[in-house]
Amino acid sequence: MSDLPQSDELLASIDHRPPKTGWMDTPTTIRKGMYCYASNPKSVEYLDLPNARQWNPLDEDWSLPENWQEILHQGLKDRLDKFRSFKVFMDICVRCGACADKCHFFLGGGDPKNMPVLRAELLRSVYRNDFTTAGKILGKFVGARPMTLDVLKEWWYYFFQCTECRRCSVFCPYGIDTAEITMMARELFNLLGLNIDWIATPVANCYRTGNHLGIQPHAFKDMLDFFVEDVEEITGVQVAPSFNRKGAEILFITPSGDVFADPGTYTCAGYMMLFHYLQDLGLDITWSTYASEGGNFGSFTSHETMKRLNAKMYAEAKRLGVKWILGGECGHMWRVINQYMDTMNGPTDFLEAPVSPITGTRFDNAKSTKMVHITEFIADLIKHDKLNLDPSRNDNKVVTFHDSCNPARGMGMFDEPRYVIENVCNHFYEMPANTIREKTFCCGSGSGLNAGENMELRMIGGLPRANAVKHVHEKYGVNMLACACAIDRAALPTLMEYYVPEVDVTGLTELVANALIMPGEQDRTTDLRGEPLPGMEEEDAE
Amino acid sequence: MNRNYIVSFLAVLVLYLIAYVGVSAMGLQVLFGVVIPYIAFIVFIAGFIYRIIDWAKTPVPFSIPSTCGQQKSMPWIKQSKFENPSTPFGVVVRMALEIFCFRSLFRNTKARVVEGGTKLSFEMEKWLWLGAIAFHYCFLVALIRHLRFFVEPVPFWVQLVEKLDGFIQIGLPGIMLSGILLLAAVIYLFLRRIFISQVRYISLASDFFPLFLIMGIAISGIVMRYFTKVDVTAAKALAMGLVTFRPAIPDGISGIFFVHLFLVCILMAYFPFSKLMHLGGIFFSPTRNQIANTREYRHVNPWNYPVKVHTYQEYEDEFRDKMIEAGLPVEKE
Repeated sequence: MSDLPQSDELLASIDHRPPKTGWMDTPTTIRKGMYCYASNPKSVEYLDLPNARQWNPLDEDWSLPENWQEILHQGLKDRLDKFRSFKVFMDICVRCGACADKCHFFLGGGDPKNMPVLRAELLRSVYRNDFTTAGKILGKFVGARPMTLDVLKEWWYYFFQCTECRRCSVFCPYGIDTAEITMMARELFNLLGLNIDWIATPVANCYRTGNHLGIQPHAFKDMLDFFVEDVEEITGVQVAPSFNRKGAEILFITPSGDVFADPGTYTCAGYMMLFHYLQDLGLDITWSTYASEGGNFGSFTSHETMKRLNAKMYAEAKRLGVKWILGGECGHMWRVINQYMDTMNGPTDFLEAPVSPITGTRFDNAKSTKMVHITEFIADLIKHDKLNLDPSRNDNKVVTFHDSCNPARGMGMFDEPRYVIENVCNHFYEMPANTIREKTFCCGSGSGLNAGENMELRMIGGLPRANAVKHVHEKYGVNMLACACAIDRAALPTLMEYYVPEVDVTGLTELVANALIMPGEQDRTTDLRGEPLPGMEEEDAE
Repeated sequence: MNRNYIVSFLAVLVLYLIAYVGVSAMGLQVLFGVVIPYIAFIVFIAGFIYRIIDWAKTPVPFSIPSTCGQQKSMPWIKQSKFENPSTPFGVVVRMALEIFCFRSLFRNTKARVVEGGTKLSFEMEKWLWLGAIAFHYCFLVALIRHLRFFVEPVPFWVQLVEKLDGFIQIGLPGIMLSGILLLAAVIYLFLRRIFISQVRYISLASDFFPLFLIMGIAISGIVMRYFTKVDVTAAKALAMGLVTFRPAIPDGISGIFFVHLFLVCILMAYFPFSKLMHLGGIFFSPTRNQIANTREYRHVNPWNYPVKVHTYQEYEDEFRDKMIEAGLPVEKE
């Protein structure tokens, strides 16, 4: 952190003009603050993934397997044969440059290899050389180059500077999705044991304990019990979550980040309050310690690893005999659920199409996957007037909403969260139109890049988001950035601290729980964070 | 970086000279008027089909549309039916908007650092869209107009396009707007590759080559039509000979005509092996042509295979004692 420049210096130093030398002739130097540490061999071994070893990205020698070029070539070929997306995206880019200034890493850092088109060209150049006739004959004329160790290092550096946010794919006239290309590149790295530890270890943890943080079942329960006490202190109501309970109607799965760190914990407490409130109205829900992770860092490793981790959701739903699954607020978790889960681990004939036990609403849009987003669920409750809400309890919060990349561009959940916010808060302001909804900016830390050692990269990548927050902070006095993503809740507070320290970060359900009037509650004087509610400040001071 | 366009420019210049010298000095009319056009056409068709089949037979394991609007959710939330299509009809409209209107390019914004380096702004930017639309539609119109050389009688719709294209009547021959605009658009697309530093940086020689080639085609066409006044009847006789498989070289066709034809042949033969295949590829782009209803209907992966998972039994076996102690239910006591 000490090497990190001040935020205004960082902003002032951005230069979007490329260097004099062509990109193929500009060597890549792996720079401190911009990369994540190498995977711990124990974590790689735990998943039986190949070539586990101690290595350091800064070393000249990466102790690669002898035949690494062959492995890579074959790996590339396999993926070209299995994924039409990959093949088509390798072939049809015309380098029009529409994507160039759409990537948050390029916007915040100015490194031309972070222009989506060029990031893809890093890989495309080798594809052309190895798999196309034109590339074999004409070489550099058509942008082909052979695979070398330097190229591999360049790939590694830049494909771990992509958060798979898909913003470029929205602007591309052919829908070329860099996320898809990055996913392939990372699969290739994993063939050579070249994962980063911030991904590899959570994956191993998740495989073993059910969640990324490696929280064992008894500790998971302890942590939630701790929130029970907090909720009781604030509201006077004792909530009673149940765990691994067979015969429950609904299984609830949320990212473990919500269990672990502020401000996600407040959202977690919010879930518990909501479920308690709904219990009398007929909600029968259980948590699971085995499937205690909604997120899926496997999806940043390979499609196979994604599937291996995701399998737990349906397996646990089946074991417990629930009817359907409710999912908490998370970004990439919902990309996986919405676009991969059913294909990978379905069909789910042992589950039923989700029906809200409180409103009777049948969620037809989720009738095959059988998984509903908590925001959809809450929006439906509010629409049917099932929640007793006092939005004025959030009056000291001037809120804006950050669309997380995956629910935005891998799902399209835009209006549900806004509907919820507008019903639980009185002061809501949108960020500028080109920075929200399908054009939203990444927090800069997605796809497993929210480590500590790459802080400069994260602040560079988060700049466009922070810039838009700062704009509404200055214009409307926004002091609360709402989001529906656990990585956002982990990453955005650091980003705000850096660029707009006056703004805090919250999950949606935290805002809902603040406004929720629980039956039998005491006079509430504080919000879930223990901070005075509007109008209670003076009493608090006494 | 300059090398990239100089190499491409020289390549097109050399091609130009080959055709001109070949026909004017060496009398190779049959080669340039018959043999090469046939070969180029065969390469184009075969290559195009090969590429399409190659893409088509590659499986689509997952449904990964880029959702650019509100999903289908509860009935009271208004779905963005074409930006996030949950029906085949929605996808057809989405694809049509993409192919005929360049929808995604229309979204383009330009990022700028403003207010003394303290703020980023994202402004609307339509020039690329406009240039691309002008280029593609003018190319299409010019192509349709040229059908008059290959069919007899000339179909009414070709005549209609021609009439619309030539609505500006100044002197004789009437001006065909598409040719002029095509050249202007190509020059614009070329200039943005030179003057926009980011685009210059990503441009390969193979990005400049087709631009110069098309420039050459447009210029030679314009020269023939307005200046050297090619013998249109002879040109049509040559074209009709080709399509009726009775090739013949009529008298009175100038060298510039063969240059024009040769550059078109090069473009056709180059097409399937280059980025120009985006013409076919756009139809295959999974982020645009898939239905965004993945939670509603299961997408099947043809190569889905079983994977090793960590089962609940394995999990409970490892943590059973701790689970019992914490009061968590277990399968085996």
